[in-house]
Order: sequence, then structure tokens, then C-alpha cells
Amino acid sequence: MYKTIDNTDILNLKQIAGDLNVFVGDEISPDYAHDELGGIEKMPDMLIKAESTLQISNIMKYAYDNNIPVTVRGSGTGLVGSAVAAEGGILLETTGMNKILNLDNDNLTVTVQPGVLLMELAAFAEENDFLYPPDPGEKSATIGGNISTNAGGMRAVKYGVTRDYVRELTVVMPNGEIMKLGGRVAKNSSGYSLKDLVIGSEGTLCIICEAVLKLIPLPKVSISLLVPFKDMKSAIEAVPHIIRSKVTPTAIEYMSRDTILFSESYLGKRFPDTKNEAYILLTFDGNTDAQVEQDMKTVADLCLEIGAIDAYIVDTEERKKAVWSARGAFLEAIKASTTEMDECDVVVPGNKVDEFIKFTHQLADKMNVRIPSFGHAGDGNLHIYICRDDLNDQDWERILNVCFDEMYKKAEEIGGLVSGEHGIGYAKKGYLKKQYGESHIALMQGIKKVFDPKNILNPGKVCF
Amino acid sequence: MKFLVCVKQVPGSNNVQVDPVTGVLKRSGIQSKMNPYDLYSLEAALSLAERYEGSVQTITMGPPQAKAVIVETICMGAESGTVLSDRKFAGADVLATAYTISQGIEKTGEFDIIFCGKQTTDGDTAQVGAELSEYLGLPNVSNVISIEEIKDGKVYLTAALDDKNVKMSVKMPCLISVDGDINSPRLPSYKVKQTVTDDMVRFLSFDDFDDKNPNNYGLNGSATQVERIFPPEKNAEKQEIKGTSAEQSQALFELISAKKII
Repeated sequence: MYKTIDNTDILNLKQIAGDLNVFVGDEISPDYAHDELGGIEKMPDMLIKAESTLQISNIMKYAYDNNIPVTVRGSGTGLVGSAVAAEGGILLETTGMNKILNLDNDNLTVTVQPGVLLMELAAFAEENDFLYPPDPGEKSATIGGNISTNAGGMRAVKYGVTRDYVRELTVVMPNGEIMKLGGRVAKNSSGYSLKDLVIGSEGTLCIICEAVLKLIPLPKVSISLLVPFKDMKSAIEAVPHIIRSKVTPTAIEYMSRDTILFSESYLGKRFPDTKNEAYILLTFDGNTDAQVEQDMKTVADLCLEIGAIDAYIVDTEERKKAVWSARGAFLEAIKASTTEMDECDVVVPGNKVDEFIKFTHQLADKMNVRIPSFGHAGDGNLHIYICRDDLNDQDWERILNVCFDEMYKKAEEIGGLVSGEHGIGYAKKGYLKKQYGESHIALMQGIKKVFDPKNILNPGKVCF
Repeated sequence: MKFLVCVKQVPGSNNVQVDPVTGVLKRSGIQSKMNPYDLYSLEAALSLAERYEGSVQTITMGPPQAKAVIVETICMGAESGTVLSDRKFAGADVLATAYTISQGIEKTGEFDIIFCGKQTTDGDTAQVGAELSEYLGLPNVSNVISIEEIKDGKVYLTAALDDKNVKMSVKMPCLISVDGDINSPRLPSYKVKQTVTDDMVRFLSFDDFDDKNPNNYGLNGSATQVERIFPPEKNAEKQEIKGTSAEQSQALFELISAKKII
């Protein structure tokens, strides 16, 4: 049993973290009881806005000694309830630790605090002629959150995911000890990679207080193609052909006309083309016009050959903004189109995307429910949303459970996994257990116990 | 129904640097693109052409490589276009530019509506449309934010003035300058690009014009001379708003209203 925070704890923690950084009771906004979607609501007993690694270390020492649960939170943009204090206790917000500390031009790295927002890091890198390749749709997420979920994003097809760009982490352990994991090095065969265990651990193993991230030189040229198809089936079927062409686009996203229309109404901005049922959006980047043009041409010709209606060229800042800002708003746009929704973030092998999407369409028909989707067709990570619309509580619960059960079962059948980038948190842990089985989960629980023997960090998440 | 859209090729980046010594735009290594404001006028013309079964032609003035911007307009739906290109046109200010385009239009054909963008992102004078209409002797409406219909030889449209919107009708032929952000410009089609042939882009030079007085073109025909170009001062001023959420949001609302952001 955890200790319930009392007045002595409040006084002590105010002494450690500073009066102005500690909030209790009504001082805490109800927004801290939930994330963007996770299906769990719980107010923390105390909110602490952290200022430094040392301060976090002292807070953890106190929490460890007093057996108080601590949940770390960035911007709260997660979708599976990871940043919700499921067992109460302290909610430790790191958004105030938002400084970009160092740009190392010799080793091509940037050192950041966990509260730096993805959009801030992306802009900083670009200003310095670099690219931070991970590009999740939620640009106001913190880097700490991105690392904690191993976020992927739209450029994963070519550049990989957050894990591929983390060189070193400074972390605070549950007992308050400050440690450095990994190193400012390009290669590392020095024992178990604890850094890689922490990436994607959703705040259950330790607290990320600083990260050294790899950058790459900013590609000089980038062009997108918006390819319309007569229906989603034709659009999705085109993707394996594109992959086989050996041209590596930076991104391959699919989207339906319905989703685009939701985003138009959500953003109050017209999309450049809504005449067709389904679209694939691709980006090509590189350092010369000739190379990027050639890649673009190869894929455009291929798409036309296999039945695309056209291939629209998205080549200027204005055109990219018009198209990609709509893409970035899809999640919020679908959310605004219904009364409630839940999501499935499965990842399936690239050549099974088509099969899985078709399955969700059949499921929507069978269950008589709306299941819009969009996602990263190029890397098999799909974002599928089950919309409640006007269903009553009972039907919603039943339909949601059937849909999730069937979708995760289907994903497993075709070699997929429960989450591609949003994580497990609270909402998906049942499905993780079902897929991985006892031995696999026992290994995860064992790792958790080694890091956090008292189970005070983000309890009730991922594998517990 | 025949429409003509005036377009211009401008530097492809919004962050073009000015050489602090020479005052010249650093264009080297910077790609070109269609002036973003022209995209809205082209879209307005293409939409009207679809609605009234008309056709769209485009025209530009610039070096031979400005052909690319005409090809781009064809990829977006224009039928053909004209490039006005001659060394004698170089260094033209807004007056000489408008005059040169007027001469080019005289040689291009007759149109029911000539469209211009609000302004360009490199010159920014927002004068060419109005001056062009003077040379062509056409009625002109600027800041057009919507075109309602074409009926009985007139265009019914709405123009935005500083503090009010005005609905009006204009007898065709006429020239209208379209405001920015009034529509969502369509994207150029790769499929159409494959079908563009040389004869779809026509080149006209000084020798093709009726007025062969070189003093009316280029630097010679310019009423203004640029003394110096310099980047504006950067303003990194920050303002902190304190108070409760309600006070902060009220103060923020007042601030952005005062700055006319909303």
C-alpha cells in the first residue's frame, strides 16, 4: 500500500521543490486528471512542476523513502493514459524543464531538457541547418514524452523512430540516484543497453531529465506528392508497389476523403483537393533537385501505371503547409467529429497494411459503427479510430470491446504488434498481456522490479 | 468566356537574404516559385472557367526561365500562356512592368476578365493590377474576396475595404486583383505536366510589340529608381501577460485585436 500524502509531506515537498511549484487539491486543474484519450481519469494528490534534475532527484528520494507513487507527465498529449496518476500520489510535470542546452556541431548532437516541445526542437534544428528526423503528428508533445513512448511519426519509413536518435539519457532512478545511460558516442557494445530499455518505458523505470539526441544534416530539397485514387482499396494496394520500387520516400501516409473533410471543418481551411475517395501522401527528400525529382517521377509514374487518378505536386512552402497541416490535425479532427472515440495504434508488417485496413472496413460494416483511419502506410503503423457517435453507454462498451478484440486478434494473426508508437500505458495493457503471454510479461515485470523495486514510478502501467 | 491571369516568378523561399553591402537580394542557390498571391487569382479564374465553361490563359514577364511558371499554371489547369521576355524589359519598376504587360496582352488576345494577385512577395508594391488596368482602359476592382457570379456581361463580386466589404458589379471586360487566402489553390498535376508541349508556351519580345519606343520599357521606362534595399529590423520584443486565466485571455484578446491579428 502506498502512503497517502498528508500535510507533513506537503510541507516537506514544498521545501524540496519550492512553494510555487507544488500544488494540491483545488489548486490542480482538472486537466491533469486525464490525457488526450487514455480512458482513465484520476486526479493526482499533488502536482509538482519540476525545475531541475537535482530537484527531481530530491523529490524521488523523498517519495522513495515515504513510499509515495510518482507519475511523470510532459504536455499530457498521450493517448493511452500513461501520464495519468492512476494510483494518485505525485504528478511530476517536466514541461518547465524546456531548455535546449547545447548544439554539438562536431558530433552532430543536441542536448535537451525533457520539456522541450517537438516543434521547438524541430525549428531549432532547422535554423541550424539540421534535421531532427522523428516527426510524430503531435508537435506540442515534449521530447521526454516522445522518448518515453518511442514515438515514430511520419518520416519513420526512411529515418526510423525516436530510439534511433537517442544517444544518451540522464535519468533519475526511483531512489533518487542520478545516472547517465548510453553515451555521446555513435557505437556502443558496452553491456546491456539500459538506455534502450528506458526508451519506450512510459515513465515506469526512471525519470528522463536530459537527452542527447542525434541530428542529421538538413536535406536541401524536399517535395511531396499527393496521389488520389478512386477508392481506399486501390490506394492501399499501391503502397507495396512503391516500396518494391526501391525508392525510399521519407513518408508514405494514407488518408480518406472523409478524414480530410473532418480536418477541413476542424481547421476551417480547405484542402487543395477533395474530389477523390482516397489519397496517398508521399515525401521525397535529398540534397539535389535532380535526385529528388527523379525519385518523385519514378513513384508518380508507377502510381499512374497502377491506377492512380493523378499525382499532385506539393513543392512549395505554401503547398506543403496546406497539405501537411491538414495531415497533422487528423487526430483532433476525427475527435471533433464524434461524441467519443477510442483508438487502435497497431503496427503490422508493411505488406499487410492493405489486408488490415480492409479488415477494419469489414468490421465497421459488421458492427455498424464508424471506424475512420489514417496512418503511416509506409511503415505499417495505423491509427484506427472507433467513433461512438450516438451510441448509448451499453452499446458503446460492447461494440468497442468487440472491435478492439477483433482488431488486435487480426493484427497478431498477420504478425503485427499492439502499439506502433502511442504506447501501452493503462489503456492497452490487457491486449499486450494477451499477445505476449506470461513469460514475456514476466520478463518485463522483472526488469521493472530491478529498476523500481518499490513500484512507485507510474504504477499500474504497461506490464503491471 | 476567356480569362487571363497575370503571374510572376519569385524567389522560392520566404527567407531571402539581402546583401548588406550591395543591397541586392541573394538569389543564388534559391529556387524560384510562382508568387503565392497569384495562386489565389489563378484558382479563382480556373474555378470560374469550370463554372462557365470558359478557358484560362496566363501571362508573365521575366527571363526565359520564367517559362517554368507558365508551365506550372498549365499543370494547374490553364490552357496555354505567354512569357514576355527581352533584355530591354530588365530593371522595370511597377510602371514599366504594367506597361510592358499591357503591350503583351494587346498581342495575346481579348479577354473577359484579367486577373492579378494582390501583390508579389518580392516587390510587394501591389500596384501592377491597377496600373495595368489604366493602360488597358479597363475598369478595375482590387482586394476582391469573392466572385459571386457572371451574368448579363457583368461580374458580381465582393471587395474588402479597410473597414467594410463592398458588393458590386463590374462590366466586362475588366481587371480584378484578388485578395490572398480567399480560396484553396489546386495543386499542379504531374499527369498534365507530362503532356505540356512547347507550343503551349508562347514567347513575345520587344520586337513583337506595337510600341517600339525603348524608352517606355525596362529601366528607361521606369519612373522610380531603387536607391537601396535593406532588411527590416527584427523585432524580438516579448510581452508577458500576468493574472488569472480569465484576465490573461481577456488581455491577450485585446492585444491581438489591437494588432488586427483577429
